[in-house]
Parts: sequence; structure tokens; C-alpha cells
Amino acid sequence: MAKEKRQIVIPGEVIVSGNEFLPGDGAYRDGVDVVANRWGIANIFEKHVRVVPVSGAYYPRRGNTIIGTIVDITFNGWLIDFGGAQNAFLPVAEVPRYVNKNEMAEFLNFGETVIVKVWDVKSRGVDVSMKMRGYGKIDGGMIVSVGANQVPRIIGKEGSMVKMIKDATGCDVTVGQNGKVWISGKDTDKEVSAKKIVEFIAENVLLPGLTEKVGNLIKEMGLEISEVEIIAENTDDEEEFE
Amino acid sequence: MAEGIYTKREDGRGFSEVRPMKARVGVVPSADGSAIFETGKTKAIAVVRGPRTLHPQHMQDAKTGILRVSYGMMPFSVEDRIRPGPNRRSEEISKVTEWALSSVVDLSGFPNTVVDVFVQIPQADAGTRVAGINAAALALAHAGIPMREMVSAIGVGKIDKTLVVDLNKYEDSTFHDGEGSTDIPVVMTSRTKEIALLQLDGKISVDELKAAIEMAKKACGGILKIQMDALKNAGGQDE
Repeated sequence: MAKEKRQIVIPGEVIVSGNEFLPGDGAYRDGVDVVANRWGIANIFEKHVRVVPVSGAYYPRRGNTIIGTIVDITFNGWLIDFGGAQNAFLPVAEVPRYVNKNEMAEFLNFGETVIVKVWDVKSRGVDVSMKMRGYGKIDGGMIVSVGANQVPRIIGKEGSMVKMIKDATGCDVTVGQNGKVWISGKDTDKEVSAKKIVEFIAENVLLPGLTEKVGNLIKEMGLEISEVEIIAENTDDEEEFE
Repeated sequence: MAEGIYTKREDGRGFSEVRPMKARVGVVPSADGSAIFETGKTKAIAVVRGPRTLHPQHMQDAKTGILRVSYGMMPFSVEDRIRPGPNRRSEEISKVTEWALSSVVDLSGFPNTVVDVFVQIPQADAGTRVAGINAAALALAHAGIPMREMVSAIGVGKIDKTLVVDLNKYEDSTFHDGEGSTDIPVVMTSRTKEIALLQLDGKISVDELKAAIEMAKKACGGILKIQMDALKNAGGQDE
């Protein structure tokens, strides 16, 4: 693994000096210096400098899965509020079946919740699609709102944390990168357990050895946990995070 | 400048000494960013929300996002209760805070949106606008808003013939002897060391003003350090 340097930087702070470095997200060049333009963790990877935000609002990126609510229907698509700066646009062509333009509300109506994939991010808005498997209208279950910055921990390394929740509760858990988590299971009790686990993770994102503690919580709830190997593998990663 | 009548400060500080300062971010968990900044008895809480779609729509700017600041003093923040709600003074301070912060905040990536900054003063002992700006800068950084650099603010002034830093309530409003008191809030940017705001009502000579700004520059360096520590040590406590 290439050596990565991590440090917390504040806006206006020089991250690194030298013409060979390339400023990326959250950084800009001023003379020979590469300067942070937001607060976060500076990440220097092979001369590429970026600042990863650790708090604040959600900024969509291409490929993100987001969960949002229909707030408007236009002549050729839907507008979705996902808690970002602008609304996302879902064109009729990007839904999995043919929709008659006169009866768009029959397919997706105001206030309905959808899981969509971010297709394109422009400064003017976000285009989304739901043409793939796993995306579409949400029916039943419950939505838990957490901060967008807690999402990586809920997902865990290569989805290990989500898998643990899924295995323990038998619920279907979909995590939107905008901080919305959809939980859907066979009965409400299981859904509530899953919700509690998600909320526990969101409150303790910075706790060292979080996976282990989540494992204990699952045991306390009287649920079975499997995949012990993944837990062991994941604790290393958390130490690094600290 | 020794010939003035103000030879010793009311609270025993040195003339270029600031009051004890404290700063912390993440004080309002429901906000996108928040911070508290204290100088002596003056406290300021700033909360940032956004970027979010701006309403009413006619205020939207298609080229860039806009910054909207609202400053207010809480009714019990001063000795006599003050009437809550906007007044002439709070409107002015909201506006100058907005201008000072706009010079470093870069919202060109979020057209048609607004970033709201709410500054509240729960306890006032002079220097509330500068405390508010310090808190607002911290809260904006905490919210992950793109900023070219930080800003730090300090009030400098002239008490009779003596230049002082970080005036308290007595120096700011009670002292009327000799030449009286003049209060100059100064906002400095952290990297380029430019002046983002300078307000002056009162009398001061050009040389004295230059000396006062030098003092402000020095004090802002110390404040930046406090802001930096608040942001760097934030990881453990918030969220």
C-alpha cells in the first residue's frame, strides 16, 4: 500500500508545498503551495492532494445511491428531494418501464420515496436513474435518517457492517449515501432492532473497535451473529481510522 | 501616548492583551455546522445551515450561491432586557458580517442556493460582532463550506489617548472621560492577512489608526490559533 499522509486541515492552511502536487477536491493552488479550501482530513496520494470533509451537508457524487422523496412532477420527469443543495431530476426515460406522460403520477406520485442512483452531477443539479436492480419505489419498511458523514461507517469495509445487520435481523437494509437508511423486514420487531443498530453506529462513529461493539449489541438483543471472520478483519481498519 | 488619563485598564489587562478566549465547534448537533466563541464574558453561538435551495426564488443567483447572515442578541444578554427581534443595530451587524465572510467563502459550486448563518449572542460584554464573526467563521468551516481561508476578528480602540485591544463593556460604553472611547472592529483573513472588515465611528488620527491596525493584526494571529485548535481537536467530541 502506498504511503498515505493524513492530517486535519483548516481552510487557508498550506497542506503541502511544491509544484509537483496536484490539488483535487477541497484544495487549490496558490503559488507553490497547495492550500485547503475546506475543513477536513487532508489526503495526499501519489502527489494528488484532496481534503475529505468530515462534517456538513451531503454533496452528491456520480455513482452514489440516494434515497429521496418526490417533490415535483414535470412534463418529462420527477424532481426528488434528497437533502442536498439542489433537487435531483429523474427523467421518464430513466425508469425501468414505459410511463405514459399524461399519467406520470400513477407511477410515482408526490411524497413517495425512491431509491435512485446518481448518474451525473452538475452545478445546476443532479440527474438520477433507477433503471438498475435494487433501485425503485420504496414500499413499506422504515427510513432512518443519519448524517451523510456517518454513512461510510454504517456500510463498513466492503459492506461488512451492513451485511452484519442484514444477517442478524434478516431485514433488507439499503443505505443511501445521503444519510437515509431504508430497512424492510418480515416483521416490525426485526425492523426496530435493525433501526436501533443503525442508530447506535451513527452515534458512535468515532469509537475504536466499533464492529466488535455492534456485535455485542446484536448479542444483547438476543439475535444471532455470524461471519466472525469479517469482524476480526474489520477491527484493524478501525484502528487506522483513529 | 502615555500622557492620557487611561493609564491602567479597568480589568487589569495589558493594553495589547486580549480577554481569555475559548472556542468549540459542533455545539448544535442538528445543524450542518456550529460553533461557540467566547472572549471574557462575551459569548457568541453561530449555526450554519445549507447549502440549500434559496427561497424566495427571485433572490436566487444563477452564477453562485449566496451567503445570508442573521445576527441577534438574546433578550437577557445585557443588563436591561432588550426587545427581541430585528432592530437597526442587528440589521447592520448582520450585513457587515455577511460582507466580511463573503470575501472568503466560495459558493460558486452551488448556484441558486443559500448558506444561512445564524449568530446569536447569549451574553454580551462588548465585542459581540467580532465574537460573532469568529464563531461564524468556525461554523462555516465546520459545515464543510468551501472557504479560501479563515477569518479572525478583534475589536481595537482608543480609550482617551491610549490604544487598547479587545475592549470590554466598561471601555466601550461606560468610559466618557477625556477624549472618550473609540471602538474599531477589524476582521483579518488568515492566509493573505488582508482586512475583510474595518468599522470606525469616533475620532482617531491616521497614525493612531495605523498603530491600532497593527495591534489588531497581532491579536488576530492569536485568535486564529484558538480557532485552529478548536477545529483540529473537534473530531473527538462532535457527531
